[in-house]
Amino acid sequence: MSSLDDLYKEIILDHYRSPRNQGELPPPAHRCEGFNALCGDEIIVYVSLIDEKIEDIKIGGQGCSISQASASMMTEIIKGKSVTEAAEIIHAFKEMMDIYESELSGKEAESSASGIDLGDLEALQGVVKYPVRIKCATLAWNTLTQSIDEIQG
Amino acid sequence: MSIDVGKIKKDFPVLQRSINGKPLIYLDSANTSQKPASVMDAMEDYYRKFNANVHRGSYQLANEATAILEGARDKVRSFINANSRKEVVFTKNATEAMNLISNTWGRENLSSGDAIVLTELEHHANIVPWQMLAAEKGFEIRWIKIDDNGHLDLSDFDQLIDGAKLLSFAAMSNVLGTFTPVQDLTERAHELGMVVHADASQYTPHSYTDVQALGIDFLTFTGHKLLGPMGIGVLWGKESLLDSMPPFLGGGEMILNVTKEGFSTNELPWKFEAGTPMVAEAAGLDAAIDYLSNIGMNEIRNHEIELTDYALEKLASEFGETISIFGPKAANERGGVISFTFDGAHPHDISQVLDEENICIRAGHHCAKPLMQVLNVGATSRVSMYLYNDQADIDALVEGLHKVRNLFTL
Ligand SMILES: Cc1ncc(COP(=O)(O)O)c(C=O)c1O
Repeated sequence: MSSLDDLYKEIILDHYRSPRNQGELPPPAHRCEGFNALCGDEIIVYVSLIDEKIEDIKIGGQGCSISQASASMMTEIIKGKSVTEAAEIIHAFKEMMDIYESELSGKEAESSASGIDLGDLEALQGVVKYPVRIKCATLAWNTLTQSIDEIQG
Repeated sequence: MSIDVGKIKKDFPVLQRSINGKPLIYLDSANTSQKPASVMDAMEDYYRKFNANVHRGSYQLANEATAILEGARDKVRSFINANSRKEVVFTKNATEAMNLISNTWGRENLSSGDAIVLTELEHHANIVPWQMLAAEKGFEIRWIKIDDNGHLDLSDFDQLIDGAKLLSFAAMSNVLGTFTPVQDLTERAHELGMVVHADASQYTPHSYTDVQALGIDFLTFTGHKLLGPMGIGVLWGKESLLDSMPPFLGGGEMILNVTKEGFSTNELPWKFEAGTPMVAEAAGLDAAIDYLSNIGMNEIRNHEIELTDYALEKLASEFGETISIFGPKAANERGGVISFTFDGAHPHDISQVLDEENICIRAGHHCAKPLMQVLNVGATSRVSMYLYNDQADIDALVEGLHKVRNLFTL
């Protein structure tokens, strides 16, 4: 199998071609921009947080298949979660993307250490073999983290 | 006469390399060029036989090292037809050369109420140094726009340069390949008494450069894009201008005398070369210029026109509406640089798939983010060619792009 198939899993291409939760949320939803300085990709995360719960989330901007698919999958798993749950998911995802961790634990981590089921997102595991692309995969997640930090002051 | 690419390829050790059984197809020379063995030999030779600090030894080895450095300066002087070796200053790269101009000439001559003129084609190296100085001094930066074909739009040029002190622009765009009309712009700017700088980082490696014929006041380029090593660049400036400018970095080499009270600066060009210089890199640059001169800059340019023409035709005919190619339509109006976007596949993904075939092209904003905004894209793919590329490289690229299309479009 070509290693490209590892990177471009069908589920990733599917999210890239038909991204979920694309668009904008009007104020008072929070708007936060993230940049990948390496390639100029830009993502905009809109979050509507009500009573500690992420009621709605939308993604704007542009990027490669990895950054777009990661953002799309992120919106699906994050929508409707509490801020605490979201933080756990973000942590689990970051852990999966951590190249050193993944090397230590030996290739394909089935499920993350924290016991959180990342579902479709596990398809992004193949990205760790391409270090420059890790930034693409984590762009939306870092922007979401920043967004939540900003909302909570 | 056309050049013998098969023979040339053999002179470049890295082009002999294959990864996973596939030969290397290098199409990223606008980023950095590959180096012929003669360049590496010259650098190694320097360290094996001649290494000593320059300009300050009183023994043979040091004199030989000095002769290597100063010999490279003479080589550059004749390569760009400068009047005098005093006008050739070695820097770390083109970026440092441009920072030198902004920090010396710029700092001395620009203040609040003044204006300088750049173009939308510029690399960040010809933008950010001016923005840094403008933030400090409060002068205005004006921009020459580009038209739909990636040429400079000169319809309001006279108005734009009116009252401005400096015109600074790329002689060839690293994204669109556009050749700008250096002589014409320079003449018009000189009528108003402006100073003119051409960023020739992409121009000099691919086109015969004659600073006197071009008429500009400053020219900058970088060694690693013209077969030379990384770590050496050139600032050329008219002697009278360089003479009038304050020094850049301070330290050894650039002084004539130092007392507790102060210092006096060295003669040109050393006034602008503080500290121990890059002698091995100068030896490498010297060998690179020899290599290019042996083949002939006009022959190289003609080869690139032919190859660019082939690539433009081939990309358009194979991918039709699904590919958008930016910049001038005709190969003779551009260098061997082709930026494009592809329906359904992002530049990053394109390079990734091509990498699997051992084809190297660049994806991203190419250090020209203002231009990306004008083109209304976040990133492009960029193919760039040099004397060691041939039609087979382009054919491999096209085949790779078909693979991209199969993967990303349904
Ligand atoms: C037009 C142009 N100017 C300046 C530079 C900067 O060259 P360097 O990074 O060697 O200083 C480049 C190279 O990327 C370029 O293409």
